[in-house]
Amino acid sequence: MFNRDRWREIFETISKNKLRTFLSGFTVALGIFIFIILFGLGNGLKNSFQEFFLDDASNAIFMYPGKTSMPYKGFKANRRIEFDNEDLEDIQTNFPLLIEYTTPRISRSGLTRYKGENNTYTTRAIAPGYQFVEKTILMKGRFINQSDLNKKAKHAVIGRLVAKDLFKNEDPLGKYIDIGSSVYKIVGVFQDDGGDREERYIYIPYTTRQLLEKGNDKVDQIIVTFPKELGHVGALALESSLKKYFKDKKSIDPQDPNGIYFQNLTDDLKQSQQFAVVLQLIVSFVGLGTLIAGIIGISNIMVFVVKERTKELGIRKALGATPRSVIQMILQESIFITAISGYFGLLFGVFVLESIGLKLEDYFIKNPFIDIGTAITATIVLIIFGAVAGYIPAKRAARIKPIVALRDE
Amino acid sequence: MGSSSLHVLKGINFNVEEGELVAIMGSSGSGKSTLLNILGMLDTAEEGDYILDDVPIKDLNETKAAKYRNKFLGFVFQSFNLINYKTALENVSLPLYYQGIPRKERQQEALDYLEKVGLKDWATHLPSELSGGQKQRVAIARALASKPKVLLADEPTGALDTTTSYEVMDLIQKINHEGKTILVVTHELDIAQMCKRIVLLKDGVIIEDKKVEQVLASSYVQ
Repeated sequence: MFNRDRWREIFETISKNKLRTFLSGFTVALGIFIFIILFGLGNGLKNSFQEFFLDDASNAIFMYPGKTSMPYKGFKANRRIEFDNEDLEDIQTNFPLLIEYTTPRISRSGLTRYKGENNTYTTRAIAPGYQFVEKTILMKGRFINQSDLNKKAKHAVIGRLVAKDLFKNEDPLGKYIDIGSSVYKIVGVFQDDGGDREERYIYIPYTTRQLLEKGNDKVDQIIVTFPKELGHVGALALESSLKKYFKDKKSIDPQDPNGIYFQNLTDDLKQSQQFAVVLQLIVSFVGLGTLIAGIIGISNIMVFVVKERTKELGIRKALGATPRSVIQMILQESIFITAISGYFGLLFGVFVLESIGLKLEDYFIKNPFIDIGTAITATIVLIIFGAVAGYIPAKRAARIKPIVALRDE
Repeated sequence: MGSSSLHVLKGINFNVEEGELVAIMGSSGSGKSTLLNILGMLDTAEEGDYILDDVPIKDLNETKAAKYRNKFLGFVFQSFNLINYKTALENVSLPLYYQGIPRKERQQEALDYLEKVGLKDWATHLPSELSGGQKQRVAIARALASKPKVLLADEPTGALDTTTSYEVMDLIQKINHEGKTILVVTHELDIAQMCKRIVLLKDGVIIEDKKVEQVLASSYVQ
């Protein structure tokens, strides 16, 4: 019964003290707004980073054959090492539990034609497991499969930009393209988050490539993926046992730094993750800093507001306001103003973030967003601190004897 | 009223009957403000008793003091102390708000009191739109609104010119005439002589307490 009256009293006070209302409301709204914008942009930066560095699978080891630099077991130095089909099988038989997929990669560049259009693309001859190495996303059709390998089929999976270059608006699925001097049927189109270059590749079965190259069994590079559960240490152990196995098999001096090169993505991953953690820390720090600045802002305003009202509060007390009702009035007023303006700051911040969202990709800020939970928590934190900041001077003001507050200067 | 021993007040013992109009006089530092503060429950005496309408006023915490002030006392200040963003009507109805009286009722009552001080037409005006005398009349209406036992006026004419002072005193005399007990702190003799009794304070003690022949303020007001 009393409550409705109190609200009316508060609304009257708010609407008749516009500057004061505006100042405290604006502080909160601005605090929340800046918090959301900075936090969102920070998140955008993090997204770009993840896209750049975490696109490919992180659980892969690349093996590149090279030339030996030391004589060993009767072989001369400077001997070229090559991988072949047997090596692929050996990996699978010798490391059955540690390896998920094994795939070769034979890259060739060739002129590719479809009707009037032509262009030079890199063709990668691979096994089905390669899809998981590049984290390739299929837009249409399917990837190279085991049956393609067995039949040495002339099937190709082309990148999104290859399809765009050669086929324009036509549907490439089931069409035939010339690569080099052979005709391939397109069975799939893929996209890749790794950027334009990644989307200009053409994938064919490695068995088909071998058939074309006079039926040899060379596989160029070998890529293996391992279960993620292996972890960083497990991945390093796997790398060294692979190294040991192949150096032994290919008769390379164990001390020879050349011969076979290994690239273990788990190292990259670890570095990237550390960088991501640092980035996250920066984003959190900026967010926290803004929030603290907002809290200080609203605290100052509240102290000022109560100071300014000391005389009014003294009058109210002389007229019979209890200390409790004085504190209640100030708190209710400040919470009401901060909640409303915090909400507007929140809406405006999210709105601005949404509308600039796609325009900043050139500046390495992709899809800036703030999850609504964080935004609301920040708003509530600011409201609570506004209330606390109002409570302390309000309590002091309520304790001041009316006669002191009313004393003429 | 009881006696009190303090640095400022050193043994004050006096009694005010219902319906009296008492002027408390004294130079600055004589303790008249301290006395009024104790009477107004804005300050407490270290020793002694204060009995108001048969109720002993002691061991007051802030909340209790606020309730007693609201119930027993009406204040009129030298500098009016109206809330500047509230209209005359809202100012007058404020003590009624703290009594928990519903809005419609308290607005009607406040309007009645404004009419009584002759400012009904000024009900919707802000204090800044009123003259000094009008402000003090609004303050008096506000002090009366809570229907207090005692009206405490601290230099009610201190900020007003002579003519306006007499107008305000005329109003105070009329209210007293209707039976309200009023204490006026003043250092102006002509104002004090418009009361029915003068208590003269010096260095914290009463040096004189006499009934006087009341001068009617209305004789000065044209």
